[in-house]
Amino acid sequence: MTVEAFPVAGSETVGFLKPHPFIALRAIVHRETLRFLSQRGRLIASLVRPLVWLFVFAAGFRAALGLSITPPYQTYITYEIYIVPGLVGMILLFSGMQSSLSLVYDREMGSMRLLLTAPLPRWWLLGCRLLAGSLIAVLQAYAFLAIAALYGIRFPWLGYLLAAPAMAAATMMLGALGLLLSSFIRQLENFAGVMNFVIFPMFFLSSALYPLWKMAEASPRLRDLCALNPFTHAVELIRFALYAKGNATALAVTLAAFVVFGLVAVWGYDPARGMTARKA
Amino acid sequence: MSGLTVEDISHDWGARRALDGLSFSVEPGRFCALLGPNGAGKSTLFGVLTRLFAPRAGRIVIAGHDMNREPSAALARMGVVFQASTLDLDLSVKRNLLYFAALHGLSGREAETRAMAALDRLGMAERAGEKAAKLNGGHRRRMEIARALVHRPKVLLLDEPTVGLDAASRAAITQHVHDLAAEGLTVLWSTHLVDEVRAQDRLVILHRGRVLADGEAGDIGGDDLNQRFLALTGDQA
Repeated sequence: MTVEAFPVAGSETVGFLKPHPFIALRAIVHRETLRFLSQRGRLIASLVRPLVWLFVFAAGFRAALGLSITPPYQTYITYEIYIVPGLVGMILLFSGMQSSLSLVYDREMGSMRLLLTAPLPRWWLLGCRLLAGSLIAVLQAYAFLAIAALYGIRFPWLGYLLAAPAMAAATMMLGALGLLLSSFIRQLENFAGVMNFVIFPMFFLSSALYPLWKMAEASPRLRDLCALNPFTHAVELIRFALYAKGNATALAVTLAAFVVFGLVAVWGYDPARGMTARKA
Repeated sequence: MSGLTVEDISHDWGARRALDGLSFSVEPGRFCALLGPNGAGKSTLFGVLTRLFAPRAGRIVIAGHDMNREPSAALARMGVVFQASTLDLDLSVKRNLLYFAALHGLSGREAETRAMAALDRLGMAERAGEKAAKLNGGHRRRMEIARALVHRPKVLLLDEPTVGLDAASRAAITQHVHDLAAEGLTVLWSTHLVDEVRAQDRLVILHRGRVLADGEAGDIGGDDLNQRFLALTGDQA
């Protein structure tokens, strides 16, 4: 993999006493935020999906699913309370995938070329894009948590605070996965198919909707699959953080998955070795 | 030092050779037309020149900077107008330029000044506040050229920039870019339209990934560049 250095400070186009990489980062975050705000339907769509699950699905399952006391919970909880961290994970999962979908769209439309021909290391440019998408995803998740609070599902104030880094780690990991997929997918039509093979298995084979011990009752093998799924660990990281608790295993798996997905994505976009070198 | 040097570049798409030992160089301040029929390898060459992908073999030097060894320095000295539009249609003309300026490390008042100067140069200053989506095809192209000049590049690459434009817009844009070359900018203008090439332009004719002719357009084409081009590329008139 080609390791690129940042442009030398003080060159003709860098100057002005401001570091070039951060000027670019700010511009990319600003652009993505403007795009998000101009697409009003996107925020609504991102919230409707988890809210339907919360208000309809969870209400229906409350009676069917009894939950015992497992950490981080210290007492019996209703299904709505259990499902909220999983639905936060759902928002981050869909948002991460949508962000990478827009990368495929950008590439088809040509605007991706503008980004990739900027005089900065490609890994940095992709990282900026990932960070911008993650910021928007976390804001969406907080909007959902606010509605859940109005519905009566509240967490400790410290939990809301600690959820921010947990959600950031989760969304960066999912965004990196999306980035990886976008580097291997050439057309939007193919992307839709891959989404079905990624989003749904990832979501349903996780602890988002049901605890792993419950899954083990149905099938120990399924439980093992769920335990291997990095999305399970992302959800657990958020669940523990919302109760102001840490979960070292969940954090380690989430960060490790982020590093692996990120490295493969950077490889995929590498001009000499990745998928961009295989087809124009 | 040449403005742009392409040295023994080869690239394959699977089993198909798209560029086959391509070499040419363009002096600073020269307008060079890269003329070739569809499938000649022009877009592949642009992909390689802009480092969207690396060639299998060969070397590219932009204003003295080797693309393999100093990619950022080489890209910083290059302005590009891609064949497909790369504008953000939801943003204003100026906002599009400021976004690009930031990708090149420019911000604040300096970026504003340069963006307005570039727009002014292309006769687009009064449209700075308009949404890009409201511009017609010719003005969008001018805006993309203005954007490619914001960071004051030494080399300007344009990949079939007049595709889809009416005759008046084509003529105006061709004239603008010739003027830029006259002011000292090195220009590589890819096209398959012979009438965009002037007798005094540098001309490289590309066909099936190889250079068929390289020299002054008037010398290569003689009285009828169109006939010469068709004869060289083996197409029917």
